[in-house]
Amino acid sequence: MEIMLSRDNNAPGRGFEFLTFTLGQEEYGIDILKVQEIRGYERVTRIVNAPDFIKGVINLRGTIVPIIDLRLKFKLGSAEYTPFTVVIILNLHERVVGAVVDSVSDVIQLSPDEISEAPPISADLDTTNIRGLATLNERMVILMDIEGLMNSPEMALLAEAAA
Amino acid sequence: MSFDMDMSEFHAVFFEEAAEHLASLESLMLGLDVGSPDHETLNAIFRAAHSIKGSASTFGFPDMAAVTHELETLLDRVRKNELPLTDEIVDATLVARDVLLMQLAAHQGGEAVAQSDVDQLCARLRELAAAESAVAGIAAPVAVEAPAEVPEATREAVIAASTEAGLAVALTTAPDAVKAAPAAPATPAGTTSGAKNVAGNESIRVSVERVDQLINLVGELVITQSMLAQTAQVDLLENEQMYERLQQLERNTRELQEAVMSIRMLPVSAVFNRFPRLVRDLAGKLGKQIELKTFGEATELDRGVIEKITDPLTHLVRNSVDHGIEMPDERAATGKPAKGVVSLLAFHQGGSVVIQIQDDGKGLDRDKLLAKARERGIPLGENPTDHEVWNLIFAPGFSTAAAVTDVSGRGVGMDVVRRNIEQLGGRVELSSVAGQGTTTTIRLPLTLAIMDGMSVGIGDQTYIVPLTAIIESLRPLAADVRSIAGQDRLVHVRGEYLPLVALHEVFGLQPRTTRPEEGLLIIVDTEAGRAALFVDEMLGQRQVVIKSLESNYHKVPGISAATIMGDGSVSMILDVSEAVRLGRRKPHLAIAV
Repeated sequence: MEIMLSRDNNAPGRGFEFLTFTLGQEEYGIDILKVQEIRGYERVTRIVNAPDFIKGVINLRGTIVPIIDLRLKFKLGSAEYTPFTVVIILNLHERVVGAVVDSVSDVIQLSPDEISEAPPISADLDTTNIRGLATLNERMVILMDIEGLMNSPEMALLAEAAA
Repeated sequence: MSFDMDMSEFHAVFFEEAAEHLASLESLMLGLDVGSPDHETLNAIFRAAHSIKGSASTFGFPDMAAVTHELETLLDRVRKNELPLTDEIVDATLVARDVLLMQLAAHQGGEAVAQSDVDQLCARLRELAAAESAVAGIAAPVAVEAPAEVPEATREAVIAASTEAGLAVALTTAPDAVKAAPAAPATPAGTTSGAKNVAGNESIRVSVERVDQLINLVGELVITQSMLAQTAQVDLLENEQMYERLQQLERNTRELQEAVMSIRMLPVSAVFNRFPRLVRDLAGKLGKQIELKTFGEATELDRGVIEKITDPLTHLVRNSVDHGIEMPDERAATGKPAKGVVSLLAFHQGGSVVIQIQDDGKGLDRDKLLAKARERGIPLGENPTDHEVWNLIFAPGFSTAAAVTDVSGRGVGMDVVRRNIEQLGGRVELSSVAGQGTTTTIRLPLTLAIMDGMSVGIGDQTYIVPLTAIIESLRPLAADVRSIAGQDRLVHVRGEYLPLVALHEVFGLQPRTTRPEEGLLIIVDTEAGRAALFVDEMLGQRQVVIKSLESNYHKVPGISAATIMGDGSVSMILDVSEAVRLGRRKPHLAIAV
């Protein structure tokens, strides 16, 4: 159930690599260097008085990792948990967080000129955390600043946001 | 290109080694009897200074090399008996050690040391070193004269050790002889000097991070092992071999876990070592005569506990020196020896480590404490017990020092000391006899990484209640549960009314029962007072590995940490005091969540 991703990419001159995944009908991309691994969804332990999109915590080889369901957070797709539900484990500057998504699609490579600026899209997604948009085989991929998003107060992951 | 990187690695080694040499220089110097210094110790002090000087100039720290050069010159004359050891020399050496430590800190990115301080110190060291060796008597080797009380073997060992080194040591008192003896207790005298060096080479430096990683991995192994045992259970009857091998795996994993945990353990001497200097300096400043005795320095504690206990202990030792021990004339007037004694003891008791700070000073003044309590408006019973009165000291802002001194008495302290110790899962107690002294007893858990807990079930969730907080558990009769104003509930236990805290309300969970007489009450003792925690059921006692919830998330009210259960799932560890406070504050609010 575990796919370990090689971390030595981003060779200079070839642009950035993104991991793409789907939330409902939308396709998102995040910097692959922030991705530690991809796992199947497993039983979580609830955290008391946490918002509903924080599913709880899991034991990731001895580390307690909070799991966030991005589908619930952005109200995209139905939050069903099947054997195919995927958790992307993110390694964000000394902090490990798991994000539940519908499915992981691909690893894509984009050069800076393939990325266009994002217009304001949805009310639930603060555009400050959108790095841009890219088109891939007629599909639109929203490139998300996952680190900025997870550190934003609305994610309630940091102490300041808890109160 | 790689040269720079290599040098920085060497620098790190130099910083560590220099700090160690400075520490040993200090402790050796403080252990010296100024009247009749042990020659081997003088040599060791000299060698420490010499090593720092050597590596400081090698690695390009000329400022430290300059100071150690002056220090070395002075120490060289002392060890060659050209100069008698005096208090001035001891003081100057200690100041030199402080300056060197500051220089060391400056090189590691700390504040620069004032050049005037360095110049002043060097001048002082030169002045002392230049003194005429007027005392010819000391220069001549004194014959070894071990007192009769010293066991024959010890005496021989001492003589052998000293002559082997080509030196004669003047021994005047029995304790000194015994102190020197451990260098060669049972081993043949010939190996004495070598033994120390070998021991030094048998250890390696490993970063704490790596050890913690190892502990984590072994913890995982333990969980994997227990999952494996659970999975294999069905086959046990058919496959005896499998059973045996799983048993062996379990034994090996446990032993491995214990061995790995022990890497984090440090002897308490790591904290105790700082006190001889502290006591010496404080006593000097206050004009008191104080001897510090330490016992059980080899008692081991988790590194994390050691780090966090240092400040509270320092505070308690300062208190003993400042408030406990009287001035010499005052002591003489009450028939006590002019020199007061502060003792630091460490030992194991049950599953915990006990550290005691004792002094033979004037003890606590009951009347003064009571008067102060009245002044501060702290409520007390009609006839408070000694224990209750001593506990007043831990109240915030409580200080009985007649005058605020430079050393202590600002009234910020004992409450902080208590809080720090309780945060470590420990307890602190005081006992005192007027005119005879005060003893402070600190009880600490062996390690911060593992805790004994009771797992309890609330709905479909499992929580861990720290065993130290639990007094008893019981199923109440419906008649024993009363309510006040229709809301706050009390339970009548052994003649006492305790607030009932329903954990499912505090944490907003769906319980199996809301009737206390169908569930279970766990009576806990917390700093917020006694209370009865209402849970569905008790699942059993277990040792749990404490995992931080805050490293990837944030503090959750009422929860102190998380742990990983035998099946690999996560459970929350209750912060009992906080949960009780939460339960009292909003007994009905949580239901709405």
